[in-house]
Amino acid sequence: MSEKSYRDAIRDAMIEEMDRDPNVLIMGEDIGVYEGTFRITAGMLKKYGPKRVIDTPIAEAGMAGTAVGMAMLGLRPIVEMMTMNFAIVAADQILNHAAKVRYFSGGQVDVPMVIRGPQGAGVQLSAQHSQSFESFYAHFPGIHVVAPGTPADAKGLLKTAIRGKDPVIFLESAALYGMKGEVPDDPDFTVPFGKSRVVREGGDVTIVSYSRMLQLSLTVAAKLAKDEGIECEVIDLRTLRPLDLEPVYASVAKTHRAVVVQEQWKPFGAAAEIAASITEAMFDELDAPVARVTGEDVPMPYARNLELLATPHEPEIERAVRKVMYRKQ
Amino acid sequence: MKETSTAVADVADAPEWTGLLKQMLLIRRFEEATEREFRKGGKVGGYLHVYIGQEAIASGIISALRPDDIVFCGYRDHAQALSLGSDPNAVMAELFGKAAGLSKGKGGSMHLFDSEHGLYGGYGIVGGHLTLATGAAYALRYQQTDRVALCYFGDGAMNIGSFHEALNMAGLWGHQGMCPVVFIIENNGYAMGTALERHSALTDLSARVRAYDIPTEKVDGQDIFAVRGVADRVIRQVRETGRPYCIEAVTYRFSGHGAADILQPYRPKEEVEKHRQRDPILILRNRLAELSGLTDEEVKSMDDWATDVAAKAVKFAEESPAPEPEELFTDVVAEHGPRPVRESEHE
Repeated sequence: MSEKSYRDAIRDAMIEEMDRDPNVLIMGEDIGVYEGTFRITAGMLKKYGPKRVIDTPIAEAGMAGTAVGMAMLGLRPIVEMMTMNFAIVAADQILNHAAKVRYFSGGQVDVPMVIRGPQGAGVQLSAQHSQSFESFYAHFPGIHVVAPGTPADAKGLLKTAIRGKDPVIFLESAALYGMKGEVPDDPDFTVPFGKSRVVREGGDVTIVSYSRMLQLSLTVAAKLAKDEGIECEVIDLRTLRPLDLEPVYASVAKTHRAVVVQEQWKPFGAAAEIAASITEAMFDELDAPVARVTGEDVPMPYARNLELLATPHEPEIERAVRKVMYRKQ
Repeated sequence: MKETSTAVADVADAPEWTGLLKQMLLIRRFEEATEREFRKGGKVGGYLHVYIGQEAIASGIISALRPDDIVFCGYRDHAQALSLGSDPNAVMAELFGKAAGLSKGKGGSMHLFDSEHGLYGGYGIVGGHLTLATGAAYALRYQQTDRVALCYFGDGAMNIGSFHEALNMAGLWGHQGMCPVVFIIENNGYAMGTALERHSALTDLSARVRAYDIPTEKVDGQDIFAVRGVADRVIRQVRETGRPYCIEAVTYRFSGHGAADILQPYRPKEEVEKHRQRDPILILRNRLAELSGLTDEEVKSMDDWATDVAAKAVKFAEESPAPEPEELFTDVVAEHGPRPVRESEHE
């Protein structure tokens, strides 16, 4: 184990996989000479050369689409989107091509590619640079959607993504890049897709989250246990597609109450899917309606005070937990 | 940069030209059969875009490839599959949505795919596949091979962002010798029903490609001698240099945009009739009669063969079983595939 930042965990995963497999390459805007907007790829151009660390024009559809073609021919491209907000430009390449070609070819090709980059709010980047895309991508069959909430998971899940056979949307929380945590050193450490994890055990309320909201949920769980004696069980989904809700159902069978926490907008979001699934599967076990904690239903404002109002924070999670326990606020 | 090429192919090799005539006749009769089956209703579903009138471009360029080269194209893709050597029965079965189809009946007319024969897909989003071909070409070079990729698209594909992003990246990668792709503009004068001068601000399409530092050559797409001559030269050059090249083949689509495009209000009947006089099959056949004494009887025997292969393909497709219901859930992803929604509802 070593203490690593979320950023370095991502970087280590890419370097280890590029060392392991010459078919892995990375492409993106200003990842080489400029060394990356978030410096995740710093030094990689020097280490691997321009054929494996490709500086592209500002052309997201071009990046994603050429990656699909490379992947169909046996390479394992990683596409770094400067932010996932820009990847919408490549939506046709990702959703109409990467996600579909295996199916409409009757399984004649693998499409092993990763599209990764930061997303989320918190540093006053306003409406076009602060969005979260997990439910957008998770709606579509044919791709995997990953949203790690710890440095260890960032590394282990990214390595699984790079070694896989399918397109993976790897959503990094920009706000977590500096977060530190213990990460295994074993170069073959991977975290499988579709395995949710109980991060904290508790018998009163189940909190389901992923990515940055996992960290907020853990903070709330610790505080409520200490201050109010409420024991929350916190579950990290890790991957939205495939979605593993079995540990959630097992937990709800014990707690009979659930709160789902996400950063993105409420309508048609990940929390809606999870809450509906819990209700379908565990209706008789529930002692309260599943509560959702989400961002406000507005484009992200620039002003700091408004941005804080638009995104969910610990107090909203606390209120939701008390609400499903029918406690006074 | 050559503006227009004239017939330059070696005409001495008569058997190969005869073989190409046979192939073009097969494409023609096959496409006519698909249109007939489409109009019967219930046999061929979805959209159906036939290649009638453009046969010399698929046959002429693909015949210049090596067996390990690869091809990407749009949704007007039956001719490319047949030219690459895909089994006509499997192509027709795909159109009929049968398990014996090229893609197990999961792609249909627009998504023919036969990796064994080098066909890496027909694609249904106009211009979307140009980036795929560009990346595939990069991969071929990255793997230190001298294979090349062909990328077919129509004039209508040149106005979407992916066209520009792909060509710019291909031009750039070509500077490093890392992009052995031949872009082929099948300029049939219409983006679906919108005429060239109504959809492209600059009607000199090759000039638009040259803006990305990709050399171009314009050729009469009805004359397979000219097409093949250019293809031989261009493919050899791309294979050697790893730089992209573009062939603009000027052609005309004799049938509607799709099989449902019957009225064709966007083009006068006289225009269609005029172009039909320059039928690529007729041009090849007359030249061969002139050059090697090909007789009408010989042509008829080839035509009968083509008609028969198409008819047998229809019969094969009709009699083939539909995909098993389980196929619904296969090939979505390699791992963690979907569970049947209906099944989980009733557990």
